[in-house]
Amino acid sequence: MTPLPLPLDAIEIGFHADTWRAAVAAAGDALERSGATEAGYTDRMISVIDEFGAYVVIAPGLALAHARPGVDVITGGLSVVTLAEAVAFGHPHNDPVGVIVGLAVTNGDDHLHFVAELANVFNDPEVIPAIAAATDAEAIRSLMGMADPAKEPE
Amino acid sequence: MKIVVMCGVGIGTSAILKVNAERALERLDIDAEVTATDVAGVRAAGLDAQVILTSSELVHTIGQTNADVIVIDNYFDVDELQAKLEAALG
Repeated sequence: MTPLPLPLDAIEIGFHADTWRAAVAAAGDALERSGATEAGYTDRMISVIDEFGAYVVIAPGLALAHARPGVDVITGGLSVVTLAEAVAFGHPHNDPVGVIVGLAVTNGDDHLHFVAELANVFNDPEVIPAIAAATDAEAIRSLMGMADPAKEPE
Repeated sequence: MKIVVMCGVGIGTSAILKVNAERALERLDIDAEVTATDVAGVRAAGLDAQVILTSSELVHTIGQTNADVIVIDNYFDVDELQAKLEAALG
């Protein structure tokens, strides 16, 4: 099993979103673009927030957009979208959100370990503002603790 | 002791809260089993739990429980988790 990938085409910088829906849709589009998911997954990520509220905003400025595994998940993966202007999700403490991390997994149990690795990245309080301010995708991969793709074996 | 962490769908956010709750418990030297669940599973999982950790957005879904319900604002802030767990368990 390999860790959840964050390919360069799953990273979008300075996206213009007027609403949280547009921001989450962009994170879903990025997952789709990278080949991790089909379009239905994006709609399901939005439905999770419609159903349960803004709990996906798990830290100041950061939303972890996700849904359950499903047939629309081709392979597990991550996406990162940074916003030109932060948007409100309706969270009482952590709004506004400038960074959306999209997460897709094929099997909850198998991937808990890799999801938990996100904690190792974001437990550093400097990382969210640094990702929000990053101007290129390689810098975001690096902040997420991922190596240069050119140096990774295929 | 049993501690339940809850998110909407049981994927992702609860996994992060679980690993950081375990870190906070280790700092406090408290031995506890931390179980991740979702909104659908919290009533069953929370029956014998001493503490339920979740987001303010999800508290209303828990219903009646004997467990202490602790709201976590920043899932990545182990200091916040440590302080709130210590207040509830200490």
